[in-house]
Amino acid sequence: MSRSLLAGTRIRNSRMALGMKQAELARACGISASYLNLIEHNRRRIGGSLLLRISEALGADPEAIGEGVESALLASLDSAADKHNEVAAERGRADELASRFPGWARLIEAQFRESARLEQVVERLDDRLTHDPFLSASMHNVLTSVTAIRSASGILAGGDPVEPAWQRRFARNIHEDSQRLADATESLVGYLEAEADDRGTGSLPQDEVEQWLIARGWTIDELERDAAAPIEAIVDGAEEIRTLAAQELAHGYLKQYAADAAAIPKPSLEDALGNTEEPLALADVLGAPLPALFRRLATLDPDVLRDHGSFGLVGCDASGTLTFRKPLPDFDLPRYGGACPLWPLFRVGQQPMVPVRETLAMSGRDDYLFDVHAVAEITHPLGFEGPAVMMSWMLIRPWPRGREANRILRAGTTCRVCAEKMCPARREPAVFSTLSDERL
Amino acid sequence: MTETRVLLIEDEPNIIEAIRFILSREGWRVDTCSDGGNALEAVRNRNPDLVILDVMLPNRSGYDILSDMRADEAMRDIPVMMLTARGQKKDKELADRLGVNKFMTKPFSNAEMLASARELVR
Repeated sequence: MSRSLLAGTRIRNSRMALGMKQAELARACGISASYLNLIEHNRRRIGGSLLLRISEALGADPEAIGEGVESALLASLDSAADKHNEVAAERGRADELASRFPGWARLIEAQFRESARLEQVVERLDDRLTHDPFLSASMHNVLTSVTAIRSASGILAGGDPVEPAWQRRFARNIHEDSQRLADATESLVGYLEAEADDRGTGSLPQDEVEQWLIARGWTIDELERDAAAPIEAIVDGAEEIRTLAAQELAHGYLKQYAADAAAIPKPSLEDALGNTEEPLALADVLGAPLPALFRRLATLDPDVLRDHGSFGLVGCDASGTLTFRKPLPDFDLPRYGGACPLWPLFRVGQQPMVPVRETLAMSGRDDYLFDVHAVAEITHPLGFEGPAVMMSWMLIRPWPRGREANRILRAGTTCRVCAEKMCPARREPAVFSTLSDERL
Repeated sequence: MTETRVLLIEDEPNIIEAIRFILSREGWRVDTCSDGGNALEAVRNRNPDLVILDVMLPNRSGYDILSDMRADEAMRDIPVMMLTARGQKKDKELADRLGVNKFMTKPFSNAEMLASARELVR
């Protein structure tokens, strides 16, 4: 698509602003006034030396005449036409639309952008539905209630005679389940409204950083090549990071990444992994602290780890808030709210720098075991006068199939979606069992 | 003619009540178990003609129970109808891989559930 036709409007505006007549400008450029008239009304394309001559005669920057906001508008119209090929928009006349009806063209552009943004939100919600324990549990609760209501009402409305005692019983069940459905729906709406409140970016700052890291495969190639590479440039180039808060988080993350990459360069780690996969032994060989090693293992590119499987990593601060999440398949990490209090991640805070290793079985998925190592570190960013800052880290990897585990710790993702009935550390009931337990 | 025996492994009381009512009208005997941890023992002890199995159960998932049933000679051939709110393609694929006979996603209709149950005990 030509972007130059719209230049005609800019030429006309510039000429009129200078109080220059069409014939004067035409003469200065060596073209006829009628030809200039066609150009100014965007009926003839313009480029090359003529554009340069006209720009010179107007005392304007050729780039400013030839390009401009309209080029972005035309690109958007082009993308919109691409997206809806079935409409068979008159693509060859997009420039005419943009010049003759700029308001309508901008409206199409705005709607196209809004539609793309909404698609991203839907995609993210779909992803959350799959991976967000709260959303998943809420949907489970809704579907279970609907199933119970549908079955009971089907019995009552089915046409076969139902004894009065059973009628009363099913009517009561429908009432209970509809109440439960209302509660679950209200909870879900509250959750989704919180999402809608965040329309500016469609996500929390942590989500933006996480999406960016996922898109990069968790590896920052620039810092792998040179740990002293400028962090600002990396953050500035990240499309996923839109808010200032996310930029700040990303900056902090990259600072840590750079320090870790400098302490444990990729070639050294690759060599060491050839001899052992045991984190304590690796840390010893590399002369590096365990938290740095955990972060390096979790964020190394898959090529390096191809013979070793992938690692998940979760980090939390002293309040127990998860500050870093790299999940593994079948080991979900809660997006909101607290995680399972039985995770060694929280226990290691009691004895910083003392590592803990456990074999975890995730609730409801007994056949999936995980080998986890956890450790807490203390730093004094403001010196001994300032408060100590503690961070705990837990490295997660699948337990090798077939290998016997001496001791297995049964844990979950978060209490709301955990089916363990006798858990001594339960903080709140599971959303899918509350009502059942009350009535049993 | 022997009585058809169904073991319903489900933890939602109102769903249990509805399914029990529907199948009892067929003249079938319906036993229930609402704890995933005890489910295998219940199947072994009752040796039913059909197991109706929920996926998300306390203490043990329906997938694990199905997997163990298919690995046990005594329970291998018992038809299993799985009920789940997780109706994604990967869930059905997993159930198929483990040897489910019928995979039904919630919410299902009574007629659909009954027709499938009749088919499986035939």
